[in-house]
Amino acid sequence: MDLIRLKNVEKKYKNGVTAIYDLNLAIEKGSFVFIIGGSGSGKSTLIKMLYREEKPTKGKIVVGGLDVGKIRNSKVYKLRRKLGIVFQDFRLLPKLTVFENVAFALEVIGAPKNEIRTKVLKALEDVGLKNKVHNYPDQLSGGEQQRVAIARAIVNDPKLLLCDEPTGNLDPDRSLEIMKVLEQINKSRGTTILMATHDRETVNKMKKQVITLKDGHLVKFKQKGTYTDEAI
Amino acid sequence: MKLFRMLGRSIRDAFKSVIRNFYLSLASISCITITLIIVAVAIIASLNVENFTKEIEKDLTIVVFLDNDVTEEEIEDTEKSIKSLTNVESYIFKSKTEVKKQMQEESEVFNTVLNNWDENESPLKDTFQVKVKDVEKISATAKRIEKLNKVSVVRYGEGMVDKLIVAFSSVEKVTYGIVLALILVTVFLIVNTIKLTISARKDAIEIMRLVGASNFTVKTPFIIEGMILGLFGSIVPVLITTYGYLAFYKHFEGHLFSPLIELIKPEPFIYTVSLIVIGIGILVGMIGSASAVRRYLKI
Repeated sequence: MDLIRLKNVEKKYKNGVTAIYDLNLAIEKGSFVFIIGGSGSGKSTLIKMLYREEKPTKGKIVVGGLDVGKIRNSKVYKLRRKLGIVFQDFRLLPKLTVFENVAFALEVIGAPKNEIRTKVLKALEDVGLKNKVHNYPDQLSGGEQQRVAIARAIVNDPKLLLCDEPTGNLDPDRSLEIMKVLEQINKSRGTTILMATHDRETVNKMKKQVITLKDGHLVKFKQKGTYTDEAI
Repeated sequence: MKLFRMLGRSIRDAFKSVIRNFYLSLASISCITITLIIVAVAIIASLNVENFTKEIEKDLTIVVFLDNDVTEEEIEDTEKSIKSLTNVESYIFKSKTEVKKQMQEESEVFNTVLNNWDENESPLKDTFQVKVKDVEKISATAKRIEKLNKVSVVRYGEGMVDKLIVAFSSVEKVTYGIVLALILVTVFLIVNTIKLTISARKDAIEIMRLVGASNFTVKTPFIIEGMILGLFGSIVPVLITTYGYLAFYKHFEGHLFSPLIELIKPEPFIYTVSLIVIGIGILVGMIGSASAVRRYLKI
């Protein structure tokens, strides 16, 4: 079954720049997909449209049965509760501990206290940070901070995990760590993962599905793809 | 259940924010405090003026003196005419004998003087004492009564009392204006405070939105924060008005300048004023933060 479906999607920004042209895509539930492409290829725009930070100018986007383009601003939270989102810059709250940062995602949707505790500890265990619950973000390495962000993204058991260049700020070893964590989540939780990246090594090593974008056009969608030069 | 939990968390977050941004909170609390002190003084003043005006209005009577040669029938006719006037609330009739008796009882001097006159010579007249509904139209009503048959003179304390009422009512209007202006200024201050706390918590808000917090969840802590600022800001004004008014009342022994101007008794007056001040504080805090949230959160 398809978790994400895009039909004739076009995104034109108000300044006249078109970021995505006539994009058609179907992504299956439980899959692990890389979106690759150079700067300005439309990777981030695609991710942003999937969590309804941006609206498509034309076409239809369906995520987990929700018509994303038609969701009103005040109802966007309903979509967001089904997603987890991870960014290049982690976006952790510096004044909260690791535990509190992850718990924050559940607190703001009104989960009861005991449920929060179990879920947060489970998520932190999944990313291998159970021994750092009381640390603050600035006491962690970049890779660890990103793992906290991943724990926060998966704590609510989302169907879909969107990652916008999650390894962009990390050295190759730490990137590999992150990729292992993501692969584990994909396998054990069955979470569909969509990851925008331009990290050639990672893509080639993982041998997952690869969507290649160039200047807003879909160039290739391959099973077990690699990072080709077309994407640059 | 979930709603209470969310509300509890909002209140906790609001208190945290007030404490974390302590100096900012202190600044706006002090501004609210100063404004509310002035508002409280204005409220006390205007309520006292209103009270005093009402007291005077209550005492204000049109006294209708009838001609000396008036007959029983004519008195009845006049009574009917007075009764038919729309602005007349009530009236009593006092015959000259009643007036004479009353005056004799009041003073020994009057007693001897009045006894020297016989019935025909007496300068006293039969009177109607008329109370009106609307004091502002008292002169018009008096003029209409004056035109009635067998009415010789009409007196209604024109002059001094009239002017006093006009003066006080304009004082009242000015105080209302000042109160309103000050409240607007306070709202503006709170908008700015909340704007600053919103920008201080921009990252948290962004993350809240990303993980699927509803607008209600994002907004409520800020609105509660505004209400807390309003509540804290009203503590000092309430203390000042309560103890200040008690001291003021005691010092002037319940009257201002003359026994004519009576102050409102402190109890339960100060409690009412305190509640009004707290209410204004909280409401102003709420309105200010709600408008800041609407403007700067764009939701």
